[in-house]
Amino acid sequence: MKFPISWLRDFISLPVDVTADQVAEALLRQGLEVESVSHLGEDLVGPVVVARVLTVEVLTEFKKPIRWVSVDAGEGEPRWMICGAQNFLPGDLVVVVKPGAVLPGGFAITARETYGHTSNGMVCSTKELGLGEDHSGILVLPEGSAQVGDDAIALLNLKDSVIDLAVTPDRGYALSMRGIAREVATAFNLDFVDPVNKYELTNLATSIPAAIEDPSGADRLVLSSVTGWDPSSPSPVWMQNRLALCGMRSISLAVDVTNYVMLELGQPLHAFDAEKITGTLRVRRAQDGESLETLDHVKRSLIGDDLLIADDNGPLALAGTMGGLASEISENTNSILLEAAHFIPAVVGRMSRRHKLSSEASRRLERGVDHELPRYASARAIQLLCQFGGGVHVTSIDIDRRTPTSVIEIDPSYPSRLVGFSYSAQTVAQHLRAVGCVVEEGSTWRVQPPSWRPDLTLPEDLVEEIARLEGYEKIPSVLLTQASSRGLTDAQRTRRHVGRTLAEHDFVETLSYPFHGSVVLDQMGVAAEDSRRNLIALVNPISEEEPFLRTTLLPGLFATLKRNLGRGAKQVALFEIGSLFFSEDFKPTTTPGVDRAPSVQELEGLIRSIPRQPQSVAGVITGARASESWQGKAQLTSWSDAIAIARTVVEAVGAQVDVRAAEMAPWHPGRGAGIYADGVLVGYAGEIHPRVLKAVDLPPRTCAFEIDLDLLGSSRSRVAPLFSTQPPAIQDVALIVANSIPAAEVISALKSGGGSELESIELFDRYEGEPIPAGSISLAFTLTFRAPDRTLTGEEVAVMRASAVQEAMKSCGATLRG
Amino acid sequence: MSAPNKSYDPVEVATLKVEYLKEVVADAVAAFAKASTGDELKEARIAHAGDRSPLSLANREIGALPPAAKAEAGKRVAAARQEMNEALAVAQERVDSADETRVVEEERVDVTLPVHRRPVGARHPLTTLRERIADLFIGMGYEVAEGPELENEWFNFDALNIGPDHPARSTADTFYVAPVGSGLVMRTHTSPVQARTMLTQQPPIYVICPGRTYRTDELDATHTPVFGQVEGLVIDRGVTMAHLKGTLDHFATSMFGEGIVTRLRPSFFPFTEPSAEVDLKCFRCKGSNPTCRTCGGQGWIEWGGCGMVNPKVLIACGIDTTEFSGFAFGMGLERTLMFRHGVTDMRDIVEGDVRFTTAFGMEI
Repeated sequence: MKFPISWLRDFISLPVDVTADQVAEALLRQGLEVESVSHLGEDLVGPVVVARVLTVEVLTEFKKPIRWVSVDAGEGEPRWMICGAQNFLPGDLVVVVKPGAVLPGGFAITARETYGHTSNGMVCSTKELGLGEDHSGILVLPEGSAQVGDDAIALLNLKDSVIDLAVTPDRGYALSMRGIAREVATAFNLDFVDPVNKYELTNLATSIPAAIEDPSGADRLVLSSVTGWDPSSPSPVWMQNRLALCGMRSISLAVDVTNYVMLELGQPLHAFDAEKITGTLRVRRAQDGESLETLDHVKRSLIGDDLLIADDNGPLALAGTMGGLASEISENTNSILLEAAHFIPAVVGRMSRRHKLSSEASRRLERGVDHELPRYASARAIQLLCQFGGGVHVTSIDIDRRTPTSVIEIDPSYPSRLVGFSYSAQTVAQHLRAVGCVVEEGSTWRVQPPSWRPDLTLPEDLVEEIARLEGYEKIPSVLLTQASSRGLTDAQRTRRHVGRTLAEHDFVETLSYPFHGSVVLDQMGVAAEDSRRNLIALVNPISEEEPFLRTTLLPGLFATLKRNLGRGAKQVALFEIGSLFFSEDFKPTTTPGVDRAPSVQELEGLIRSIPRQPQSVAGVITGARASESWQGKAQLTSWSDAIAIARTVVEAVGAQVDVRAAEMAPWHPGRGAGIYADGVLVGYAGEIHPRVLKAVDLPPRTCAFEIDLDLLGSSRSRVAPLFSTQPPAIQDVALIVANSIPAAEVISALKSGGGSELESIELFDRYEGEPIPAGSISLAFTLTFRAPDRTLTGEEVAVMRASAVQEAMKSCGATLRG
Repeated sequence: MSAPNKSYDPVEVATLKVEYLKEVVADAVAAFAKASTGDELKEARIAHAGDRSPLSLANREIGALPPAAKAEAGKRVAAARQEMNEALAVAQERVDSADETRVVEEERVDVTLPVHRRPVGARHPLTTLRERIADLFIGMGYEVAEGPELENEWFNFDALNIGPDHPARSTADTFYVAPVGSGLVMRTHTSPVQARTMLTQQPPIYVICPGRTYRTDELDATHTPVFGQVEGLVIDRGVTMAHLKGTLDHFATSMFGEGIVTRLRPSFFPFTEPSAEVDLKCFRCKGSNPTCRTCGGQGWIEWGGCGMVNPKVLIACGIDTTEFSGFAFGMGLERTLMFRHGVTDMRDIVEGDVRFTTAFGMEI
C-alpha cells in the first residue's frame, strides 16, 4: 500500500524532524516490508499559486492553436502568459507558476518571449506539478476549493514523501492508514488514538430490507441509505490528491469516498445506486448459470461457490471483489445504498482467483478486515458523502451474524523461552497492548486479540508480536550444533562420487528442466510398450509442447548439446544426474487431516501415493575426443568412448562390470551395449542410431549412455586385496576366432582356462585381413601369470598358457595363430 | 703367454718392472684425461684397462713367477690398477656430466606451448554449492534429508499449514500432476522434506535438505520454473530463535566470508511462527552505494526465509509440542550462487552452456 507521510501525520503527532526514510526503516524493523520511499517535489521551488483565468485569446497564426491568457493571481494586475492547452475557460481556477520558480525535474521558469508575446509564467498540468502522469490538460480546480493567490504547494500537497509497503498475508490491518499509524506510533513511542473512535453510526433501524443468507460467506452486513445526493458534486482537491498519492484514480465523489475510507480505515465499501435495487438486498451464493457484468465491463459466468450481493432481480456485485455495472452510481444517481460487510477471507480469495480479479477490496478482505469496522467505516463514509455531496443520511441497518472469537492463553515466560531472549512480564504486556490486545494477567495470561488482528490465534502469534516490537535485532546469536550425525548416506556419497568421476573424465554437468513432449520419444524410436512411455503429464505445463515429466535424461541432454553446438562448441561431453518420473508403483490415497499426525496406515498411504522416481545418470558426447593441435590430429569420438565411460561409472562404485551387445532405442543396433553391474542390467551405452540423430538434429556419431543409479546401487564395500610379491610371468598369445565371437567371450574363456594363477589379460592387438582367413579375426593377448608363494617355472607357465588356449579353442572355436 | 717359470727365482720380467708400470699408468691417465665424450673414454678404457691392455698383459706374467716373487709383483700391478681406476673414475664422472649437459640441452622444448593431457570436465556450480552447504551442516551435526520432487499435496501444503484456499496452491504458482485432482504436485519448496523427516524420525532432528523445486514462473534473468533450495530443520528440546539466528550467522559467514552482516526481519510464512526474512548486508557496497547493482541501492539483499516451526506443523507431523520446539530456514541456491559468484543472469545457470559451467571446475 502506498501512502503519503502527510496523511500519516493526521493520525499521530510524529515529530517534524522524523523523515519518511526513518518511518520506512521503523516499519521494516517491525515486519512491514517497504518496497520504496519516494520524495515528491523535492526539487520544487515556488511561487506556485492559485489563479483565476480572466481572458483567453486564441492566436491562430501558428501551426497549432496557441492561447494568450490573462489570469488574476491575486497581484492586483493581470498576469499574462502563453499556453498550448485547450481545456480551460475564463473563470476557471487554475494553478500558475511564476518566473523564478523551479518545477519538478529542475525545470526553471522565467519570463520569456514566445509567439510574439512575453509569457510571464505558466499554467500547469497535473504532470508538470509532479502530481501524477495525467498530461491531458491543465489542472482545473473545483470552484470553491481555493482562493485566488493561495499557495498551491500547500494546497495541493506538492511536497510530500510516499512510502510503498508490501504487506504480508497476515497483516491485512496494515493496508490502511489506521493500521500503519498504529505501527508507527508504537515504533516512535507516540500516543495513538484509534481514528474510528470519532465515528458512530446513527439512525439505526431495520427499515432496509436485507439479509445474510449464507453466514459461511459473510457474518456482518451494514447498509446505509443516503438520499438527496447531488451526483455532480466534485471530490475535494485534498481527497483527489490523497487518492492520487496512494496510487488510485479519482472517479466520482461517491467512488472516491468509498476508496478514501477504505485507505483511511481499511474497510472496503461499495456504493449502489439505490434506485436500481429491487426488493431485498441479500448476501448469498451464486447459482450455477447466473452471470454478472462487473464494473470492468467483463461479463462473468458465476458458479455456486461465488458469493454475491443480490437483489430480487439477481446478482448486483461479486461480494467484496467488484461491483456490477448495472447498479453503478451514475450522473443521475440521487440515492445511494452504501454497503460495508465482513466477508469470510477464504471465500473472497477463492472468488477473486477464480475470476482472476484482484481488487483493492479483495486484497484486503482476503487478508482479513476488522469485523467491527463496517459500522465505523459506514459512519465515516456517510459523513463525507453528506458533507461534499449534499446528501442526507436516512437510515442504516447492521446485520450481525458473528460468532465469538476465542481468547489465547499464554504463559508470560513463553516468549522468552521460545525466542531465547529475556522479555519481562511488563514488556510482554506492553507490546501486546500496543497491538490492541486486551491482556488479563494471572498465572497464565488470557489475551483477547483485537478485532483487526484475525491472524492472532496461537501463543506463538503473540510471541512474534512481542519479538518484532521489541526488535528482532535484540535476539542473540547462539550457534547450536549436535554430535550424532552419521554424515552422508551411502547413496548420497555414491551420487557425488559418480558426478566427480564423470567430471574428472572430461564430462561437463548440466541441470536440464525435466519436461519433454512425446515427440522426442518418437524421434528416439522408443517403443510403445517401453516403460519410458509410462509418462506423467502436468495439468499446467510451462509449454504445451512439453507437458510430460522425463522418463529418461537423454532428451534434456540432446537439447543442451544442441544449444552448445549452436553456440559454436565443437567437442562436447555432457552429463546429468537427476530424477526420472514414471507413472508406475503408486496408489492414490485419501488425504488425512492436519489436526493430528497421520496414522501409520495413512502415512504409508501417503508415501505410496507418489509415483516411482528413480535417480539416473546419463551423458552425451559428440565431436572430437581431443581437438586437433600441434601435437596431432583430432581423435574422433566413437561408440567406445560411451561404453568406456559407462564402464568407468560402474567401476567407480566398485561393482564388477560386464558389457553385452544389446539393441535398445535410441542406440545404434550394432553399436549399443547393455551395461551390467555385478550381473544386473543397469543401463545402456554406445553410439546413437543414425536415424535418431537425424531426427533430433545432432551430428553423426554422437554417443550416449544412461545408467539407473538406483539399480547401480551404492558403492560396494571394498575388501583389502591379497596380492603376491612374486615376479610375474608374461606370455603373449595370438588367437584366430570367427569375428562374430565377442571379445568378452574369448577373454572369459582364457580366464577360466588360465586358472587361478592367471592374474590379468590384456588385448594388445586386433587384426583382420591377410593372412587371416575372411570372416575371422586375430586377437593378441598378453597373459600375466603369478603364483602367491613362489616364482613360477617355465614349465608351469607353459602348461597354464596351454590350458587357457585350450579353453578358448573349446568354447570359442579359436585357433592358435602360427 | 709364458709357461710357469720354475727354473728362475727371481726372474726379471720386463713388463713387471716398476718403471714400465709407471709408464703404463701415466699413458692411461693421459688418455683418460684426453677423452671428452663417453665414447672416447670408452675407447681409452678398453685400450688402457681392457683385457688386452698393457696392464692386463703384465698381470698375466705374475702367474709365471716363482712363488716368492708373485706377491711382490702382484702388489705392484694392483697399485698400478688402482691408480688407473681412480683416474678412470674421475674421467668418467667428468664426461658423464658433460654428456648429460649436452643431452638435456639438446632436449630443450618450448614449455609454453598450449598443452592439455585431455579436455577438462566440470560439475555444475549449483551441485558443488549444494555439496558445500551440505558439508558445512554435516560438520555441525546435521544429516542430509531427501524427498521426492513429485510430491503429495499433503506433504507440500497441508502438513505445512498451507490450507486448501491458500493462494500458493493455485495453478498460477504450482505445477499440478494430471489428472486434475490427483493430489500430486511438483514440490514448490523443499519443506515437504521437513514433514517427511519429522514423521519418520524421532527428535532430536538436525537435517539439511537441498533439492530441486518447481514453480510456474517463466524463465527470465531472475526467475526459473525449476530451481534449487536448501532447507534446514532442527527439532530438539529448548530450541530458540537465538539458535536460529546463530545458525544462520554461521551459515552466512561460511558462504560469504568473515564480516558478513545478517539481519532478521519480521515476515510471514504459514509454516513458521514467529517468522523472519534473512537479509544480508550488501557485501559489495556495504549499503553505501545508492546505485549498487548487487543490492539495487537497498543496502540489503534478501537471502531467504526462516522462523520457529509453527506448532500446527509440529502437530500434523507428530511432534510433541510440549516437549520440543524447532526452527526451519530455506534459501534459494541460485540466489546464493548469484550473490557469491557474481552471476547476473539466471539463464546462464539454467541453459547448460559448457563455458559457464567449466569456469567453475570441480570446486567453488
